[in-house]
Amino acid sequence: MDSGRPLAGWGRTNPSVATVHSAGDDAELARLVTEAGRRGVLARGLGRSYGDAAQNGGGVVVDMTARHRVLSVDTGTALVEVEAGASLDHLMRLLLPMGLFVPVTPGTRQVTVGGAIAADIHGKNHHVDGSFGLYVVAFDLLCADGTIRRLTPESELFWATVGGMGLTGLVLRATLRMKKVESAYCLVDTERCANLDDLLGRMAESDDRYTYSVAWIDCLAHGSSLGRSVLTRGWSAPLDKLPRRLRGHALNFRPKQLAVAPPVFPSGLLNRATVAAFNEAWYRKAPRERRGEIQSIAAFFHPLDAVAQWNRIYGPRGFLQYQFVVPFGAEDTLRRCIQMLGDTGQASFLAVLKRFGQPSAGHLSFPTPGWTLALDIPIGAAILGGLLDRLDEEVLAAGGREYLAKDSRLPASAIARMYPRLDEWRDVRRAADPHGVFTSDLARRLGL
Amino acid sequence: MKDAIGNVQRVVVLGGTSDIALATVVKLTEERRGVQVTLAARPGERRAAAAAALDAFGIRVTEVDFEATDRTSYEGAIASAFEAGGDVDVVMVAFGVLGDQERAWQDVDAALELVQVNYAAAVGCGVLVAERLRAQGHGAIIAMSSVAAERPRRSNFAYGSTKAGMDAFYTGLGEALAKDGVQVLVVRPGFVRTKMTAGLDAAPLSQVPEQVAEVIVAGLRAGRRTVWAPPAMRWVMSVLRHLPRPVFRRLPA
Repeated sequence: MDSGRPLAGWGRTNPSVATVHSAGDDAELARLVTEAGRRGVLARGLGRSYGDAAQNGGGVVVDMTARHRVLSVDTGTALVEVEAGASLDHLMRLLLPMGLFVPVTPGTRQVTVGGAIAADIHGKNHHVDGSFGLYVVAFDLLCADGTIRRLTPESELFWATVGGMGLTGLVLRATLRMKKVESAYCLVDTERCANLDDLLGRMAESDDRYTYSVAWIDCLAHGSSLGRSVLTRGWSAPLDKLPRRLRGHALNFRPKQLAVAPPVFPSGLLNRATVAAFNEAWYRKAPRERRGEIQSIAAFFHPLDAVAQWNRIYGPRGFLQYQFVVPFGAEDTLRRCIQMLGDTGQASFLAVLKRFGQPSAGHLSFPTPGWTLALDIPIGAAILGGLLDRLDEEVLAAGGREYLAKDSRLPASAIARMYPRLDEWRDVRRAADPHGVFTSDLARRLGL
Repeated sequence: MKDAIGNVQRVVVLGGTSDIALATVVKLTEERRGVQVTLAARPGERRAAAAAALDAFGIRVTEVDFEATDRTSYEGAIASAFEAGGDVDVVMVAFGVLGDQERAWQDVDAALELVQVNYAAAVGCGVLVAERLRAQGHGAIIAMSSVAAERPRRSNFAYGSTKAGMDAFYTGLGEALAKDGVQVLVVRPGFVRTKMTAGLDAAPLSQVPEQVAEVIVAGLRAGRRTVWAPPAMRWVMSVLRHLPRPVFRRLPA
């Protein structure tokens, strides 16, 4: 244990000081939970949520990453049991050589299984495969009374925990259904789309033919180019589609870290001019159309993981990520949001657009069918707060919502409107944790 | 809990009728309605007027009795202010008196009243507020000092001495609380046209409370430890501090 450490999210915006314990065995964790003080306890993984979801100011934060073992693997059924602190990176390195891939991966491998459950994360395959929670067969939850409950999808508490932002208990171990793959590569089609209509048309028409799909949008393009983008879609590459030189070691997975961003970047480096230049180059370098390219899993899913600590390039003021989903049919809202972001110059690099498919049963799970847009924005401009408040109104008016794992600034009043099952979730949580032992800065800020 | 943009959810003002404090609260909450603000001050018309003024901006105001000259009121006032809601993002220590400066160096009671309000009460409340914010692991204190704290002048040295004391205390408190995630911002305004200075001749670089509020909110969001209002006052005071005494003495009051 070390007492009093400032913890922030990936956006490095709003740290608070908590007592951090590195997770010991089950009995020790149970003791921590039952002896928790007034400010409560929270599990933390690799700190990739952007805002204050993994902070608990004045309370106890349990660093779960020490518990990262893979407990059992069944290559026949593709079921694995892992400790909650295991990262997806660790699982890929260990299990890809056995032909097992994680069922859902976000844009980084540096998230833990516990975090993936707490945020019910999604990836490029949500439109066909859904979110992470759908592949969780069971998990052990350390509850507020110090008992450990084995939960399966039949229980309410299971679904209050999936997407529950760590507020129902500590996930200790989980059994996951992995995805069988023949290689650690993807077969990728790339298309350049001239504007938003072009992009949405192509995605609506043919996304379902692909397992994985994502578009990178240049939010600073305007006029007839508004929403110009690069659409990349693909499948896990079958062995017979690989070039001969790769077939002998098709399941090798050794992603390399190219660089570590040093802590020397000033705030304001990413401004409208530098970002516009980057976006232009990105768009130009993409092929107009390319089919059947072989890309490694790391290059296709996790390009940013090649630079450790890349969040430092936003400088000491930090940044936030704004991610929302609006239902199909609300394309005009999507267009207006992109326009507002572009007009005010409040966009960094490329925004990511995806189609969501069927939701999981998590009360607070973010994905619902529709279009989801995510983009990073540096903190600094005086207009930023007002702009995002107006975007919230657009999203709400369209029946959409925002992602709690990314949020660092929503007003408490918006949450119940975005998550209509909030009260139902509160009931389940209150029954499991009547005294509110499990809490976080996010929970306090939003009044969850 | 404050958010990534710097929006706050709860503010406590000790000395809740201060013009600068009220302007700061308005500036700090202008982007979000429904922020909860607790005004700790002497009960009466002025506090009611302050509450009504904030209410007009869509701020949810609660009032707590606090009397800087009454040592026994501090704990209760701060406990009620903190326990009236969730985490407190900002505590503003804004009470103070200017007094009659000529009496204040010739009359023991007048001198000690300045010391009690501007220094002793500020330190006492600082201790209590620090304990609360440490327990939260986050938060900020805005301590209203003065440029008079930097170099005493013939015309206001009794006031200046009390502000110098509270300035030093809060500057040091900021160091002590840094590891607890608590920011302490010491504010050194020059001449501000407020109730406190009503009837005095305005000094050079004089300003209105709204201008001070803007400097405070910018400094708070930038994580600063000391700000001067107007900002140019920092360099003016830096020069004044080093002027030879015979020259300094001849400057217009």
